[in-house]
Amino acid sequence: MPSQLINEFFRTENLPHIWCPGCGNGIVTRAIVKAIDNLGLDKDKVCVVSGIGCSSRASGYLDFNTMHTTHGRALAFATGIKLAKPELTVIVITGDGDCSAIGGNHLIHAARRNIDITTIVFNNSTYGMTGGQYSPTTPTGDKGTTAPYGNIDMNFDLCELAKAAGGTYVSRGTIFTANMLIKQVEEGIKNKGFSFIEALTTCPTYYGRKNKKGEAVDMMNYLKENAINIAAYDKLTDEQKDGKFVVGELYKNTRAEYVEEYQKIIESFSKER
Amino acid sequence: MADKTIKLMQGNEACVEGAIAAGMRFYAGYPITPSTEIAELSAEKLPKIGGKFIQMEDEIAGISAVIGASIAGEKVMTATSGPGFSLKQEGLGYAVITEAPCVIVNVQRGGPSTGLPTAPAQGEIMQARWGTHGDHSIIALYPWSVKEIYNTTIKAFNLAEKYRTPVILLMDEVIAHMREKIEIPNNTELEVYNRKKPTCSPENYKPYEVKEGDLVPEMAGFGEGYRFHVTGLVHSESGFPSGNEKVAENLINRLIDKIEDNKDDIVEVSEYLTEDSDIAIVAFGATARSAKSAVDTLREDGIKAGLFRPITIWPLAEKELLELSKKVKRIVVVEMNMGQYYLEVDRIAGKFTKVEKYGRLNGELITPEEIISFVKEDQYAKSTN
Repeated sequence: MPSQLINEFFRTENLPHIWCPGCGNGIVTRAIVKAIDNLGLDKDKVCVVSGIGCSSRASGYLDFNTMHTTHGRALAFATGIKLAKPELTVIVITGDGDCSAIGGNHLIHAARRNIDITTIVFNNSTYGMTGGQYSPTTPTGDKGTTAPYGNIDMNFDLCELAKAAGGTYVSRGTIFTANMLIKQVEEGIKNKGFSFIEALTTCPTYYGRKNKKGEAVDMMNYLKENAINIAAYDKLTDEQKDGKFVVGELYKNTRAEYVEEYQKIIESFSKER
Repeated sequence: MADKTIKLMQGNEACVEGAIAAGMRFYAGYPITPSTEIAELSAEKLPKIGGKFIQMEDEIAGISAVIGASIAGEKVMTATSGPGFSLKQEGLGYAVITEAPCVIVNVQRGGPSTGLPTAPAQGEIMQARWGTHGDHSIIALYPWSVKEIYNTTIKAFNLAEKYRTPVILLMDEVIAHMREKIEIPNNTELEVYNRKKPTCSPENYKPYEVKEGDLVPEMAGFGEGYRFHVTGLVHSESGFPSGNEKVAENLINRLIDKIEDNKDDIVEVSEYLTEDSDIAIVAFGATARSAKSAVDTLREDGIKAGLFRPITIWPLAEKELLELSKKVKRIVVVEMNMGQYYLEVDRIAGKFTKVEKYGRLNGELITPEEIISFVKEDQYAKSTN
């Protein structure tokens, strides 16, 4: 029997989903829905926009105002929606390739504007839907169907990128720590500005198989064993940090939000009248 | 209060004024010559009336934001030129399949590539029609004066809203930058069309369902209580993706039919002295102005010439061109490209009359004298006489 969360927030007629067994996307999607539920948001005022790829199919399963857009452009579409209808809570669902390769420029500029959009990146370190090609977050040396001899690109730290570009809430979570992920999405939605949450997830079908990472459970264990919370991570030596990655709330700041700033311009004219 | 205001106005400015009169309240774009004044004036004017302007990071972002705002319920526009229009093709296709009303202005410049940035050209006739991938229909309008830019921009918004479709406004650099006298009617006189909103309850709303005898679905906006899904994938009337061949066929056919079946409402042509003419010159935009002057001179010289000017470039004015082909001995298509529209005119009219092209592209306008000498030289007549 489906959970209450599914009955209330999912378009059950569109289930089952298309994700492979062992995929972590369901856990991330649940975290988003649970965060919306915890915050008690009105479903009519929530808008979920996605790009293209495995993760971006989630929008079709969710019972909000939803938009499955073009590859990499979710943030550009979402910017139009948010500016046109500031009363909407706008959430963007995107994958690592969608967000940081074809959509990299839109990410930088949405963060720079500090527009009130919450972006959740489902990062499985690969292009899943197109068959396991390497993405900007595939670790250097790892293989993909277009990197048969090992990827020689440096991999992106998306959180550092979002922070440097001007995002005002940046955090990283994993599908192993699902409750922490829910909290992070909640904080992201509450933040008045551009929020960026990187959710590390698993793709056993392509990335895992290509790189001999084992089954879904092995990949979950990898996330469990190597994710170190920021408080502890900062105390580690460089040697201890090797092979580990930091999770938790990585950056928070308060800065003028784009739509509010535009509203001030509009109001300056209505006062004149 | 006077029933109209008389102003001296630039073409790009008339486009913004027309858009605002039609209800534009959202503009997103990326500046590119020779369309920049459209962005600049929108930035200045929109916040004064509670509208929004945003300069996006690139052309693709510009059209994407515009479509997002359209789905959120606003009347929207973006403007670009040449290479920017190429970049917008992805979004154009998305707007076609999601049936997001929007107006896309392309003030053309010479190409290919960065080409001739500040010189006139009419090179995107076919790109406007077929630039995005896949089969679909499209509406593209082509004004020839500053006054007509104002009226045609309003028409573009009305058609976009009425048929839930992107409408392309093709403009010429010289008219976009030219200043002419224009009479702006009072708003009360304007016919402004707004998209049909759903009347059913949110539970029964299907975003792509059409009613008997109508090919255009009712359109709710995000945040209005109708939760619906929008996707660029082939979708059923519920809005959700489908791989079913019948669903795909029905959707694509409806997208085409909703425009092609309504040509009588959409297609507008202007004819000048074609009633008794032996020779018809087919031209649009700035080229049509030279052609009209050429027609007058040819008439003075005893040659019965006329001008056929499509204001609606797409869908093609097939019926009107067919009628024309049956009454004239010769059609000359004059355009600032190497013969893009000629191909279509010849396809329709070539069965009944001789169709020739006069195309040139070097950044200079085609002059009345060139048209006159082309008509008078009539190489075909000389070779067959």
